Amino acid sequence: MIGSKVERKEDKKFLTGKGRYTADITLHNQSYAVFIRSPHARAKIKGIDTAKAKKASGVIDVLTGKDLADDKIGGLIAGWKIVSKDGTDMKCPAHPALATDTVNYVGDHVALVIAESLQEAKDAADLVNVDYKVLKAVANTGDAMNAEAIHEGIDKNLCFDWELGDKAKVDEAFSSADKVVEMDIVNNRLVPNAMEPRASIGDYNSSSDELTLYTTSQNPHLSRLVMSAFNALHPEHKFRIVAPDVGGGFGSKIYPYSEDVVIAWAAKRLQRPVKWVCERTESFLSDCHGRDHITKAAVAVKSDGTVTGLKVDTIANLGGYASLFATVTPTYLYGPLVLGLYNIPAAYCNVKAVYTNTAPVDAYRGAGRPEATYLIERIMDKAAKEMGMDRAEFRKKNFIKQFPHQQCLVHNIDSGDYDAHFDKALNLADYAGFEKRKAESAAKGKLRGIGFSTYIEACGIAPSAAVMSLGAGVGLWESAEIRFNPTGNISVFTGTHSHGQGHDTTFAQIVSDKLGVPVENIEIVHGDTDKGPFGMGTYGSRSLAVGGSAISKACDKIVEKGKAVAANMLEAKPEDIEFKDGEFIVPNTNKKKTMGEIAFACYLPGTYGEIKSPLPEGMEPGLKETAFYDPVNFSFPAGSHICEVEIDPTTGETKVDTYTCVDDFGNLINPMIVEGQIHGGLAQGIGQALYENAYYDETGQLVTASYMDYCMPRADNFPEFRIDYTCTPATSNPLGVKGCGEAGAIASPPAVMNAVVDAIGTEVTMPATAEKVWRALKDKKSAQKKAA
Amino acid sequence: MKLSLKVNGKKIEKEVDDNTLLVSFIRENLNLTGTHVGCDTSQCGSCVVHVNGKSVKSCAMFAVDANGSEVTTIEGLEKDGKLHPVQESFKKHHGLQCGYCTPGMVMSSIDLLKSHKNPTEEEIRKGLEGNICRCTGYQNIVASVKGAIGKV
Repeated sequence: MIGSKVERKEDKKFLTGKGRYTADITLHNQSYAVFIRSPHARAKIKGIDTAKAKKASGVIDVLTGKDLADDKIGGLIAGWKIVSKDGTDMKCPAHPALATDTVNYVGDHVALVIAESLQEAKDAADLVNVDYKVLKAVANTGDAMNAEAIHEGIDKNLCFDWELGDKAKVDEAFSSADKVVEMDIVNNRLVPNAMEPRASIGDYNSSSDELTLYTTSQNPHLSRLVMSAFNALHPEHKFRIVAPDVGGGFGSKIYPYSEDVVIAWAAKRLQRPVKWVCERTESFLSDCHGRDHITKAAVAVKSDGTVTGLKVDTIANLGGYASLFATVTPTYLYGPLVLGLYNIPAAYCNVKAVYTNTAPVDAYRGAGRPEATYLIERIMDKAAKEMGMDRAEFRKKNFIKQFPHQQCLVHNIDSGDYDAHFDKALNLADYAGFEKRKAESAAKGKLRGIGFSTYIEACGIAPSAAVMSLGAGVGLWESAEIRFNPTGNISVFTGTHSHGQGHDTTFAQIVSDKLGVPVENIEIVHGDTDKGPFGMGTYGSRSLAVGGSAISKACDKIVEKGKAVAANMLEAKPEDIEFKDGEFIVPNTNKKKTMGEIAFACYLPGTYGEIKSPLPEGMEPGLKETAFYDPVNFSFPAGSHICEVEIDPTTGETKVDTYTCVDDFGNLINPMIVEGQIHGGLAQGIGQALYENAYYDETGQLVTASYMDYCMPRADNFPEFRIDYTCTPATSNPLGVKGCGEAGAIASPPAVMNAVVDAIGTEVTMPATAEKVWRALKDKKSAQKKAA
Repeated sequence: MKLSLKVNGKKIEKEVDDNTLLVSFIRENLNLTGTHVGCDTSQCGSCVVHVNGKSVKSCAMFAVDANGSEVTTIEGLEKDGKLHPVQESFKKHHGLQCGYCTPGMVMSSIDLLKSHKNPTEEEIRKGLEGNICRCTGYQNIVASVKGAIGKV
């Protein structure tokens, strides 16, 4: 089963309309909620008048931040402590789930209207009168440190000023360099845009004191922990979070939002189910955004093309508040990765994280690693050109060649073969034939460019000891439970969450191979804190490397117990029993028991008549094992991507003509699912490069807050992607897997932009829209005219 | 007003407000939650159903305007426990991941294959331009449509 393209077990329900997403759930006697959100980017709340709304038809209640504070519900937290280079802790403002004194971005939460119907809630929301004193907004990443402080006591709007690396060593590398190449790099702000908008339904049972929250979460256990421990919403053992079918996450559903806290609290307070479903524009305004970096970078290069040093100076926009994983994204998920897969002996990275009056920024597919890859791959391209070297040769010259490799910043990379995937990609993309294709494009009046991107990720997030020493508030292990039923089929419980990744199939393939049970007899259960053991959810390409390894470990425990039972039944020693293809065998005899027979026997421990108990004396009955797996290291997927674009200089329109990728994800469990993950990542990355941009004007209004204004990639924006692999198995987990979910989004923006810049011969920022490319070409022309 | 129409072959008569959208009627009045809402500007196509055999964004039509028509939703495609050939092809070619855009995508694909008996890749990609998917990068959706050519 492992390595096979098994069709997905979960597909039928989705294809027949039987998926059950949060918005599809209707509870008896449910009420409907609408959030009142700030229309201003920054304002003081002078008063909230809810009297008129409370009297409106069908209205049950209107709740404000004062009610929340009266009930002593805590605010949202930042879960990863970053220490600034001067030794001080990061500075985070209070982040109440409903604002009391100030609002800090358009869409910030002010009040909740609950009514008998959605229409009545919406109508009453118009009657809530919030008296705002509008203040000057800070909307621009680059200006934030020079603007007025938006949070009291947070000087220069600076959350932290963090550094990584040996500055003196880097200065030395730069002073002895033959060439220094510098570059200004902007990583544009994106909106994750999972197709299912967020939703929450709270339900409280006063007789049992049980609170249930149905919500769109990638991470239900962690959400419950945070809401119990920090928001003081409800005790963990009486609090159930169900994340049913979830329609995509891409990072934006990792953490509990204000809406989760407020809806669960409202249901408890009103003792009635409360349902809230986000509309798309609300989603644009209030989902956490991604990226938004401004960077100055420089590399030191020797005359033979060896890169000897790298300097990075980044301003990262956190938005109005520090969201749960916001602070780790531009630091430990970014800084260590700026080296790419190059053997650069000295590097220094400084990141200043700033608050602005924009939606909070948090993890979005790749989280930190796309920003790092964009930076190193853009500057490597520029350096190769300035050195007069072939861009492919320049990269190859600087690749890490030996493994394991201790990088100069943080990571110890266990395995890889970077020349192998780069060479394979060059062949597959027919790099040798590029000049001919370029001439053909030129004959049609088109500009053709080729762009390379190589990348490394740190995935399998994460070894707990390592991340906690760097400031994580939790360990990042994973759990699994294998529960055999007496008739021999299996329920597998995982702490990860599937919202498109196909865990029902991939995990079943692992269990099938390990225990010799057909995949149709294996059920994967996730997304309900009342069912499985505590888990850490799905993000950071961790589900298979960490969650899959926990499943594998639990299977090993099952086999171990099975051997003891089989030995007893077959009158042999446990150490003599072999387990293969679902059978426990005494070698060189015809004595054997199937997995199913052992499972059945484990539930029938008694001795009756002539039949002896199958269980060795003192052994517990039943067949169920739990395992927690904490990885020993991150895993390091890597790969090489090559993009060719064709640009119409008369319109500036860019067409991605071919896209080739060769990735090393270690072992593949289901290559069909892996391909799907690559495709989706590529579409998001190409979307960032060419189409997508979350744009705030200077007053802090989000100008791109609908699908009419924010350009989502469509089917006709892409060619058919060419995909191939190399494989160096990971040594940090028993499956040898590295993770594949984020690679496409990490690798593709620089591949596309290097191709665009190659085609037009001048710089342009993401997204390289037709207008921007057309203007860049026009500016280039007039500069050339001037020079002549 | 009193609405009278056929949904998935079943005759329905129900009182609805004039301003009820077809998608709300399908999801809330008929509890057919396979038709999804993904945006509020009729851009994403998650809500596509067939009205008299043609694909329609059900968020852009009032329920009362469907009076007297035949509506098919994703729940109405399976016949005698057998998936429709386009559903089957999506499964075979891994044309879905999170499943949220899938019902709309399948309904649009069926209409596309009815109007183009042997579409080129370009025609398929252009034909699905009104449906947004965030998971698949569209490649396997295109493969799924190709795989169902001649079967609709």
